[in-house]
Amino acid sequence: MKHASAFAQIEARGPGYAALVSILTVVLLAGLWAAHNMESQGHHITGMNNQVVWGIPHVFAVFLIVAASGALNVASLSSVFGRTIYRPLARLSALLAIALLLGGLAVLVLDLGRPDRLIVAMTYYNLKSIFAWNIFLYTGFIVIAGVYVWFMMEQRFQPLSKPVGFLAFAWRLTLTSGTGSIFGFLVARQAYDAAVMAPMFVAMSFAFGTAVFLITLLTVSCVTTRPVDKAVLDRQSRLLSIFVVAVLYFVVMFHVTNLYAAEHRDIVRFLLFDGDHPYAKLFWIGQIALGSALPLALLWTPRLSRSSIVRFVAACLIVLGGLVQLYVIIIGGQAHPLVLFPGYEVSSPFFDGEVGQYAGTVNEYLLGIGGVGLTVLVVALSVRVLPIVPKKPPAAPTDHAVT
Amino acid sequence: MNAGTQFADHARRRFLKGIGLTLGASIAPGALFVELARAKPPTEAVSNTNRWGLLIDTSKCTDGCDACVRGCNDEHGLDGKGRPATDAQWIRKLSIRQRSTGHRHSLPMLCQHCDEPPCVDVCPTGASFKRADGIVLVDKHICIGCRYCMMACPYKARSFIHETLRDQLPHAPRGKGTVESCTLCVHRVDRFGGDALPACAEACAEAGHNAILFGDLNDTGSEIAERLHTQGGRQIRADLRLNTGVRYQGIP
Repeated sequence: MKHASAFAQIEARGPGYAALVSILTVVLLAGLWAAHNMESQGHHITGMNNQVVWGIPHVFAVFLIVAASGALNVASLSSVFGRTIYRPLARLSALLAIALLLGGLAVLVLDLGRPDRLIVAMTYYNLKSIFAWNIFLYTGFIVIAGVYVWFMMEQRFQPLSKPVGFLAFAWRLTLTSGTGSIFGFLVARQAYDAAVMAPMFVAMSFAFGTAVFLITLLTVSCVTTRPVDKAVLDRQSRLLSIFVVAVLYFVVMFHVTNLYAAEHRDIVRFLLFDGDHPYAKLFWIGQIALGSALPLALLWTPRLSRSSIVRFVAACLIVLGGLVQLYVIIIGGQAHPLVLFPGYEVSSPFFDGEVGQYAGTVNEYLLGIGGVGLTVLVVALSVRVLPIVPKKPPAAPTDHAVT
Repeated sequence: MNAGTQFADHARRRFLKGIGLTLGASIAPGALFVELARAKPPTEAVSNTNRWGLLIDTSKCTDGCDACVRGCNDEHGLDGKGRPATDAQWIRKLSIRQRSTGHRHSLPMLCQHCDEPPCVDVCPTGASFKRADGIVLVDKHICIGCRYCMMACPYKARSFIHETLRDQLPHAPRGKGTVESCTLCVHRVDRFGGDALPACAEACAEAGHNAILFGDLNDTGSEIAERLHTQGGRQIRADLRLNTGVRYQGIP
């Protein structure tokens, strides 16, 4: 096959690569150290409590998991939608998806109250639980994406890579719907309990995953001096902007629907307009201004949008906006007091009727960043030992279906 | 009476006395443990012929009284670390005030032992489970500490153990890194059945309020079923249709 020889391991003999791997190892070890602290001393050393039970680790974990699904975009465009222009980058796309999911799962597992019982989670299933479905979906995704990469790299299996690509595409849509439904199925929480969570998370996965892929592509291209086809970058940038608009659409629909119902106005007011707590500021400044409007302006301004640096910055802003969005969804959603008695004011020594207090601690951030470190380390090591990155830019765009 | 006859009488008396003491020693503990003997044998499974529940009369519940909370804490060894945000709380007192009228109520809030418990639905490992008799529990052996049940509970009735525990009570096993909540004093229910009185109800009665009534919702002859039948009762978040085992009276 002509593409089999078009890939090669990156040549990384210089001190730069060794330094990168060393730094990533330190970041990973710092994450493990933080997890050890949390498990040995208990979660009271974190900002999480009985009111806000999921915190910064979950923001990082959900971001990485959602981005993993979206990082597979390029491979799907190649295998499922027959865009041959993306075929040289399909391996990197699938590898990145696996690495992101590994990072996210590591954070999720290490935050458990009993991570030593991982084997219990793998052997006891309550099939009514969306969380249990997600355990299948996550592990299945890693296996399918792994087989996908393998088939793409193994010449004799390449014809099979297309059906596996189809399976991976269907699986990742299900996975992201499942992740969104973790929140959508929470019937008692005013901030969740919405079917739109599933498609919104799918749109988020497209945006976050494409942003992370673009960052990876530009970085690999820069450090390996293997230039990327400009047409690919143009298309990815355009797609990225469309995905950001899609996320905004779902966000608007979610809040407008809530505003329409009197019983849900409190949660909209709290998340979008309450100046006494950080969530409204985070929403407007972090998610909307810096994470959506600014990158859209950068990607849509003709003079700027052709610059790789501008694209890199825009993608980084979208990642930042994604983390902020998940912070508002996960932590803001829990901080809003549960409504036990509609029409009543409620108070108790257990913080009923009060906004839940939360401030992430160093251990939580270290664990979350450790997950990012694991992701980058997996990618850095894999492109060094496996023929993942194309040797040279692909040929001019020819959007014919792969036969 | 000769010496031989005297000896025989003495021996007979000693023999009869020994028999009497032996019988007494055998029967006395039996009489003492007759209460235990009425308990359900450990081999007998709980049955859905019972549905254990509470009826809380908020008109008898006094603002400022926390006897039920202290009773629960003492019964289960819930000694806090002085950190209210992370300390376990199986039952808490709520003060509620109706916005439109200003009318106030005081009431205890705890696990509502739902017939359709969201915590059980979402638990990935099945650690959260509902017994046939309606009591919702956490199996501490397979709880992985994901806290999804806490996200799902409409009543904020569950606590995560944030710190290392010491001096636990044998009947209330707990564990750092797992989730827990009101057990409806299942250790008492399993011993005494319908005669059991959960610690909160016992403490409330001792404080002279009698605001918490325990009983079998399925037994039409029980006081709890009788009162619910004649006076009605309210479920908190009835809109969720969870069919709670804890009902309230006195809240409009």
